[in-house]
Amino acid sequence: MRNTKVVSLEEAIRRSGLKDGMTISFHHHFRGGDKVVNLVVAKLAEMGFKNLHLAASSLSDVHAPLIEHIRNGVITKISTSGLRGELANEISHGLMEEPVVFRSHGGRGSAIASGELHIDVAFLGASSCDELGNASGCPRSENAKSICGSLGYALPDARYADHVVILTDDLVAYPNVPKSISACDVESVVVVDSVGDSSKISSGAIRDSKNPRDILLAQQAAKVIINSGYFKDGFSIQTGTGGASLAAVKFIRESMIEKGIKASFALGGITAHMVKLHEEGLIGRLIDVQSFDKVAAESIAHDQLHQEVSSVEYASAEHEGSAVHALDIVILSALEVDVNFNVNVLVGSDGIIRGAIGGHPDTAEDSALSIIVCPLLRGRIPCVVPKVTTLITPGKGVDVVVTEYGIAVNPLRPEIAGRLKAAGLKVVDIHDLAAKATSIIGEPDALPFGDKVVGIVMDRHGKVLDQIRNIVK
Amino acid sequence: MEMKNASAGTLESGDIMIQIAPTDKEGLQIDLTSSVADQFGKQIRKVITETLEGLGIDKADVKAVDKGALDCTIRARVTAAAVRATGKDVWK
Repeated sequence: MRNTKVVSLEEAIRRSGLKDGMTISFHHHFRGGDKVVNLVVAKLAEMGFKNLHLAASSLSDVHAPLIEHIRNGVITKISTSGLRGELANEISHGLMEEPVVFRSHGGRGSAIASGELHIDVAFLGASSCDELGNASGCPRSENAKSICGSLGYALPDARYADHVVILTDDLVAYPNVPKSISACDVESVVVVDSVGDSSKISSGAIRDSKNPRDILLAQQAAKVIINSGYFKDGFSIQTGTGGASLAAVKFIRESMIEKGIKASFALGGITAHMVKLHEEGLIGRLIDVQSFDKVAAESIAHDQLHQEVSSVEYASAEHEGSAVHALDIVILSALEVDVNFNVNVLVGSDGIIRGAIGGHPDTAEDSALSIIVCPLLRGRIPCVVPKVTTLITPGKGVDVVVTEYGIAVNPLRPEIAGRLKAAGLKVVDIHDLAAKATSIIGEPDALPFGDKVVGIVMDRHGKVLDQIRNIVK
Repeated sequence: MEMKNASAGTLESGDIMIQIAPTDKEGLQIDLTSSVADQFGKQIRKVITETLEGLGIDKADVKAVDKGALDCTIRARVTAAAVRATGKDVWK
């Protein structure tokens, strides 16, 4: 077999035809362990590229080296689902001239598919790849160094980018099947020492909580689900990564066993908790856009009923076939919820960007029942507020807010409020929750926002939803 | 009031660490570092000042490192630090 695709990173970049001002893309399946973004951007800087648009599915703490590349003019625009750590802090203080464009996972998939977000060159890490470019997030040889499972966020990039470079730390013999990314979409394959540290996939947002308040919130959330009217045989469910929403799965499991109810599928970021329920026969299928820990990644490697989906198939608003349209129940977390049920998951109450939109607005809008679980206060920071710092998920898609001081139900869903009251749950007015928070902490002073727009939040339909301004220090 | 160096509190989330030291300067010198300084800095300084004045202390160096403590916690930590600094037990 004549092999022309396997080349050095520098040669792959040269071949791609990348020019100053173009758009490069990355996926974040290795989350806090990602090594591809820093490696590729350092090489682009070394080769003298300037003015590039970095369009990642998300960015985290580990991407702090981008700060230097932004200062040096290598990267002048960023599109992402989220930002964390020092990079987020610098950007919040006005590091970039152009605002960062934030999209949900479904919104990013739609924007790539429609051409609104055009990718010139995609640099996609894979745990295994053959020399023709068939790539997977699963290990396929004894020499495998990494595993990330689903490559769901990389699939639109692979399909729609003009040029695709796969980076892998395990080049295997053809054919690398089952594949996630087809060789027909791939132009170059680059072998690197490491694409990512798999042990850090479950870092960042995901916490397994022993906090008694989280467990109380989880119990309340489980009671809401069980009494919501949607908890019946064949239901479907998605959970976020907050400690309470993960803990809620445990209580739902007990009730499923007791009542003899089984779920048809679990969606989204798949965790070890969901894999366990699936293996016990309580959940029929796992529909996985992102494997949130090593157990989930290993499951997708071996289990036919654990299926990878692209971010378009997962959560696109523009594609009627996307999975969120079939989703019954979603449990989500929040940094802030306001009295109109609007949610912020991106910007902290100190005005600093510290999170990611993820699939929050996608699942909230399209699911039959969306439940936000958050404490009333985190330290002195209120989570139920008069008005969110930044609007991410509009309140019309948010049905129930669970706090340790009571459960608020969106007035648009009186039938759910009725069912929860009938079950003896403490249903309260969300204005009372906000007032309770203020009575404990006092009135916060206004944040010192400046005049510079550092971020633009796009809604999942491609319209501007909100702006994030710089924090003055 | 006679005073020695003393402290109370921790650097845990939701707590505040208060260190009190004697000073030659007049008044309360409050050096505050807080994770919620923008929203609650003024309120935290007010609670510290009122608590110390209520205990008859109007001259001290106070270093406060706040991790989002509520007012009740701030009052408790300031009171404990003041009692340790002055040796005057306010709870008897």
